[in-house]
Amino acid sequence: MEFNLQDVDAIIDQWGPKPASLLQIMLDINHRYHYLPKESLSRVAERLVMPINHVYSVATFFKVFSLKPRGRTIMHVCTGTACHVKGTPRLLDRLEQDLHLKPGETTADMAITLETVNCVGACASAPVVVVEGVTHAEVTPNKVSKIAKGLRQRESVASDQ
Amino acid sequence: MNRLNSMQDLETLREEAIARHQRLKKWVRVCSGTACHSQGGEQVVHAFQQYLNARGLTVEYMVKPTGCNGFCAQGPIVVVEPENVFYARVGADRVDEIMERTVLGDEILDDLLYVNPETGAKIAHEHEIPFFAGQERMVFHSTGINYVTDVEDYISRGGYSALAKTLSEMSPEQVIAEVKLSGLRGRGGGGFPTGVKWESCRRARGETKYVICNADEGDPGAYMDRSVMEGNPHQVIEGMIIAAYAIGATEGYIYCRFEYPLAVKNAGWALEQARAYGLLGQNILGSSLSFDIFINRGAGAFICGESTALMASLEGKIGEPRGKHIHTVEKGLWNLPSNLNNVETYANVPMIISNGGKWYAGIGTERSKGTKIFSLVGKINNTGLVEVAMGTPLRKIVYEIGGGIPKGKCFKAVQTGGPSGGCIPEALIDLPVDYEKLKEAGSMMGSGGMIVMDNETCMVDVARYFLNFLTEESCGKCVPCRMGVKRMHEILAGICQGKGEPGDVERLEELCNSIKESALCGLGKSAPNPVLSTIRYFRDEYEAHIHQKKCAARVCKPLITYEIDLDKCTGCGRCRMKCPEGAVLGAKKECHVIDEEACVRCGICLENCKFGAIYVESVGIESPIFVQP
Ligand SMILES: Cc1cc2nc3c(=O)[nH]c(=O)nc-3n(C[C@H](O)[C@H](O)[C@H](O)COP(=O)(O)O)c2cc1C
Ligand code: FES
Repeated sequence: MEFNLQDVDAIIDQWGPKPASLLQIMLDINHRYHYLPKESLSRVAERLVMPINHVYSVATFFKVFSLKPRGRTIMHVCTGTACHVKGTPRLLDRLEQDLHLKPGETTADMAITLETVNCVGACASAPVVVVEGVTHAEVTPNKVSKIAKGLRQRESVASDQ
Repeated sequence: MNRLNSMQDLETLREEAIARHQRLKKWVRVCSGTACHSQGGEQVVHAFQQYLNARGLTVEYMVKPTGCNGFCAQGPIVVVEPENVFYARVGADRVDEIMERTVLGDEILDDLLYVNPETGAKIAHEHEIPFFAGQERMVFHSTGINYVTDVEDYISRGGYSALAKTLSEMSPEQVIAEVKLSGLRGRGGGGFPTGVKWESCRRARGETKYVICNADEGDPGAYMDRSVMEGNPHQVIEGMIIAAYAIGATEGYIYCRFEYPLAVKNAGWALEQARAYGLLGQNILGSSLSFDIFINRGAGAFICGESTALMASLEGKIGEPRGKHIHTVEKGLWNLPSNLNNVETYANVPMIISNGGKWYAGIGTERSKGTKIFSLVGKINNTGLVEVAMGTPLRKIVYEIGGGIPKGKCFKAVQTGGPSGGCIPEALIDLPVDYEKLKEAGSMMGSGGMIVMDNETCMVDVARYFLNFLTEESCGKCVPCRMGVKRMHEILAGICQGKGEPGDVERLEELCNSIKESALCGLGKSAPNPVLSTIRYFRDEYEAHIHQKKCAARVCKPLITYEIDLDKCTGCGRCRMKCPEGAVLGAKKECHVIDEEACVRCGICLENCKFGAIYVESVGIESPIFVQP
C-alpha cells in the first residue's frame, strides 16, 4: 500500500490525538502498511505532541511492530506450546528450505514475510499457520510447502498482469 | 431497539425473546469459534441460512452461529435442537441433507455422528458423548449455545438479571460480601481472592476508578479467555458492570491481544449493543449507575498480561512492570484506583450474584472454589475446552474427558501454567487439580492451559522452548531476568545441541534459585519453574543428554539420525529426489542409505516415504566422554 500522510492523519483522528491512543494508532498504521514507515512515526509524534524517542521506544518494544518494510503477504507460523509439541519446528525448517526465509525475514521481491507468533488461540488445531486472516489447521511440512507455493504462484500471476 | 429504562423493561424484553424462541420448531447450532471457523464453519452457517431463506422457513426454524462449543477436535460442529443431535466435521455440502432429513424429517445421519474411539460406537446426542458428560460446565455453559451477535439471545437465558438484581436489591458492600463468600479467586493465574481485591479498591480514594478486564491471555496453549470473549462477551461485560457498581468505578477497559481479532470484533459489537440497550452508559437500566467500557488492543508482548505492565500499555507507554510495593487497586491506571481481573473471573460473577456466594462455595475444594476451564491440547485425542470443578483429578481430565493419548503412544507429562508453570509427570496423574496442589507439584494454574505430552516430547527441549520464549519476552528492566534467563537458555540450548557438560544441571539450579529471589516481577520470579520442574521429574533425561548425548524422545536434532529400514525400503527413489541436501544415496530398486554428514535432519524423506521405511534414531554414546575432575 502506498504511503500517504492523509491516511495516517485519518487513523490518528479516529483514535484522537492523545497519548493514550498511541498504541492503537500504531497498530492500525502497522496493519495498513505491514510496517511503521518513518514518516508516519514523526507525524504521530508531532500530532500527539510527544518526543519522537517515546514513539520509537514503543515501536521497538512491542513484537508486532516492524521498522523495516515487510512483504505483501505475511505468513504467521504459531510457535505456541501446543503447536511446538505438535511440530512447528519442522514447519519452520521446511519454509526455510522452500522460501529461504528465517522468521522475521522477507523474500527479495518483497512478496512474503515469514513471522512467528506466540499462540493465536487455535491450539486445538495445532500446529497452525495464519495467512491473511485465514487459519490453516493441522499443518504438516508438506501442507505448509503447498501454502507457500500457492502464495508464490499467486504473486507470479499478479506480476504477469 | 428501545433503550431499557428500568428493570421492568428488561423483564419484558426477556419474555418477548423467550416467546420468540418458543415459536421455533427446531434450530441448528453451528459452532463459530476459532477452530470450527478455520475448518469451514462459516460456509456451513451460510448454507443453512440460504436453505432457510430460499424456502421461507425462517419463522419456525433458525440457524444460530454460536460461540465455541469446546470440542474443537471435531469441528465444524453442528447440533440440531431440541433433540441435541450432534454432528461432527460437517462440510457445507452436507447442509441440504441435514435440513431435509434431520431438521425437517426426524432422521439421524449415521455417518456424521461422533464415533467413540475406544468402543467404536456411534453416539447421537451431544450430552451422551464422554467429552461432555464428564464436564461440569458453568462459566462455559452457554458459550456453545449463545447466538454471538444477539444480546437478546443472552437475555433470553437470564442474561443481565444478575445486574438487575445487583442494581435493585443490593448495596455495593453486599455485592462484595457475596463475592467474598463465594471464595472466587482470580483466574488469571495468581489466584488472588476477587472479593478482597474489590473491597480494597472500593476503599481506595480517587475521584475516578477503573475496572479493567485482562484479555491478554499470553500463556501459549491457553485459549479459554479467547473463546469466552469471542463467544459470550455479554457474560464478561455483565461481570464488569457488577464490579464497577461494587467498587464505584465509572470507566472500564478490556485489554485484548491483537492476535485475537475475532474476540476484539465480537467484544466491540457487544459493547455497542449494550450501549444501545442502556446496559452501559448513563443511568444503566434507569439506576444511578453510570459506567462505560472501551476496548484496547495489545501489541504482542507477553509481559503486558502483568497488571502494572498492562496499565502502562493502556496509557500508551511501553509495557514495563513496576515493583509491587504500590498496589494497583490504589494507584493503577493514570495513578488512580484500578481493579484488574481476568476474563474468566468476570464471567463467574453473574452466576455468583444470581445463585448466591454460598451456593458457589459448595463447588470445588476447600481453598479453590468453583470450576475452571482448561484448554486440553497437545498430544491428546479430544482436544478442546474442558470445564471441571476444582479438585478434579488429572486422570479424569486426561483419560475420561480427554480420551487418552493418540496413536497408542504413552502419556509422559502435562504442562500447566504457561511459561511460568511446570510439567506434571505420569506419577502424579491422580493429582486433584487446584491452585494449591499444582503449586506443590512445582507448577501453577496460570490461565488454564494443559498441554499434554507423550513419549515423543523431549522434556529438556520443552524447558529450552520456554526459556527461549521468556528470553524474548523479558522486558529487560531488571538484571536477574534480562541476564539470568538468557544464561539459563544458553545452558539449555547447549544441552539440546549435545554440548552439555557435567555440572550444567547444578548450574541451572543455582541460577533458578537466585532469579527466583531477585527478579522484579512475576515473569522473572516464575521463569525458573519450567526448568526446576523438569529437572525435578525428568532429571534422567537431562543426564542422558549431557552424558550419553542421547535424546530418547528423538527431538533434539544434533542428537538424532535418520535411518532407512533395509527390510522396508523398495528403492523407489522418492526420498532421494525429495532430499534438498542430496543426502540420500542409492540406485533405483536398491536399498537407499542416508549420508549422516550431509543430512540436515529436516525430515522431508520421512514424511514422503510411502513405505514407512525411514525412522529416527538417537543412539548416543556408550560411556561419558567427560572425565570427572
Ligand atoms: C508475566 C505475567 C503474565 C501474565 N499474563 C496474564 C494474562 O495473560 N492474563 C491474565 O488474566 N493474567 C495474567 N497475569 C496475571 C495478572 O498480573 C493479574 O494477576 C491478573 O490479571 C489479575 O486478575 P485475576 O485476579 O482475575 O486473576 C500475568 C502475570 C504475569 C506476571
Ligand atoms: S499454541 Fe499454536 S495456536 Fe495456541
